[in-house]
Amino acid sequence: MYILGVETSCDETSVSVVKDGKEVLSNRVLSQIDIHKEYGGVVPEIASREHVKGITYVFDKAMKDANISYEDLDLIAVTQGPGLIGSLLIGVNAAKVISLNYNIPLVGVHHIAGHIYANYIDNGMQFPLLALVVSGGHTELILMKEHYHFEKLGETQDDAVGEAYDKVARILGLPYPGGPIVDKMANLGKDTLNFPRPMIDSKDFNFSFSGLKSKVINVHHNMIQRNEEINVPDFCASFQEAVTDVLVQKTIQAKEHYQVKQIIVAGGVAANSGLRRKMKEKIVDTEVYFPKMAYCTDNAAMIAVAGYFQYQKNKKADDLMLNGQSRLNLER
Amino acid sequence: MEYKLRLNSLDDTVKLAELIAEKVFPGMIIGLTGDLGSGKTTFTKYFSRYIGVKDNLNSPTFTILKIYSGNYDLYHMDVYRLEDIGYDYELEEFIYGSGISVIEWYEYIKSMLPNEILSITFTVIDENQRDVVVKGEGKYEKIVKAISDRYSN
Repeated sequence: MYILGVETSCDETSVSVVKDGKEVLSNRVLSQIDIHKEYGGVVPEIASREHVKGITYVFDKAMKDANISYEDLDLIAVTQGPGLIGSLLIGVNAAKVISLNYNIPLVGVHHIAGHIYANYIDNGMQFPLLALVVSGGHTELILMKEHYHFEKLGETQDDAVGEAYDKVARILGLPYPGGPIVDKMANLGKDTLNFPRPMIDSKDFNFSFSGLKSKVINVHHNMIQRNEEINVPDFCASFQEAVTDVLVQKTIQAKEHYQVKQIIVAGGVAANSGLRRKMKEKIVDTEVYFPKMAYCTDNAAMIAVAGYFQYQKNKKADDLMLNGQSRLNLER
Repeated sequence: MEYKLRLNSLDDTVKLAELIAEKVFPGMIIGLTGDLGSGKTTFTKYFSRYIGVKDNLNSPTFTILKIYSGNYDLYHMDVYRLEDIGYDYELEEFIYGSGISVIEWYEYIKSMLPNEILSITFTVIDENQRDVVVKGEGKYEKIVKAISDRYSN
């Protein structure tokens, strides 16, 4: 079965062809990051326009790489949401055109389901499975007892973890995106500031990073007022230690509570070296998987894989009324 | 008309959110401004509950816009990234729609907003205290009046 994946939820235009939900035949990603960099983040309208400009090219390249024609496709999977509404619409409409023109079933896929299924490509899945989804827009713990069944155990009550990184970078005068640079700096410093670990002892699986952000701002502000020199690596290390302590501790709590067989970390922040290290170090009795870098960030291969399993499970395609949705429930 | 008040705790923020939520009307626009961590999203979280939103409201920074439904549709925006551009046509249909818009860093897109909005400026005093200036003309004036009546006595 050949599946065409389409992903345009944010600032990457991506198209992929995957065979039988596992074998990636092509995965083209056109990133707009350099365009959005100067604005300190993705600007929705610019993103939509760039998707329009690039999408035909990306479709052509992905089909050529896979050496396949549209008639050979068996399923089209497109990110339905959550994401930037204007951006989502470009991918959804392109997918609908191919679906209608070649009479191929179409499924709308949840972006986070894609990030979770990115792990399936190289690592497979064992249930019950615990997924920690961490990105610029998400911080969630998801339990899966079988394929394509998601139970949200907890989520951030305020800021997403990737966003907290961006904001801390902004405070320290570091460039966007904040994640990679703060991570890099953190590796050069020490945890000297002992920031709070928000909600680390709460009995639920929710997160909160807004209070930590405020504390970081306060400490930074006070240091400036006192004319103290700010040691940026130590500042970053202190922040990163606090964040990763919470993420790892909550993951351990959920792992023990639900006796999971496999843990996967998904989303852009899965690329964070501090998080990778601490997860591997603190969790030794259960395998912790991280998707390889190309599948950590947004890509269409993961959407094709998730769409394959969604179609297997529901045995039902979406009709052409399918539309992009900026907020979308994973558990539906 | 404008009115300045001091919030001494989270409870005070919750009360202000409740008071404003009692006065909502379709198409209402609330602009919020203030430094990182001054309480813009926290205010919006409680405001959303008082207008019947059941889902947990969290930060819209990454997607710029998040849409919720309660007694009204709620459009929660953070337009910080639009500072250098000053507008986004995709947001227009929401801002001028029949739901309620709460816009963080609204001053960055002032040119695309109507003249009459309710603006709330947060200033950090210390870890718990915030000074707040609520400002509104035209149909928003009576909301500021209601706040001043409540807090003045």
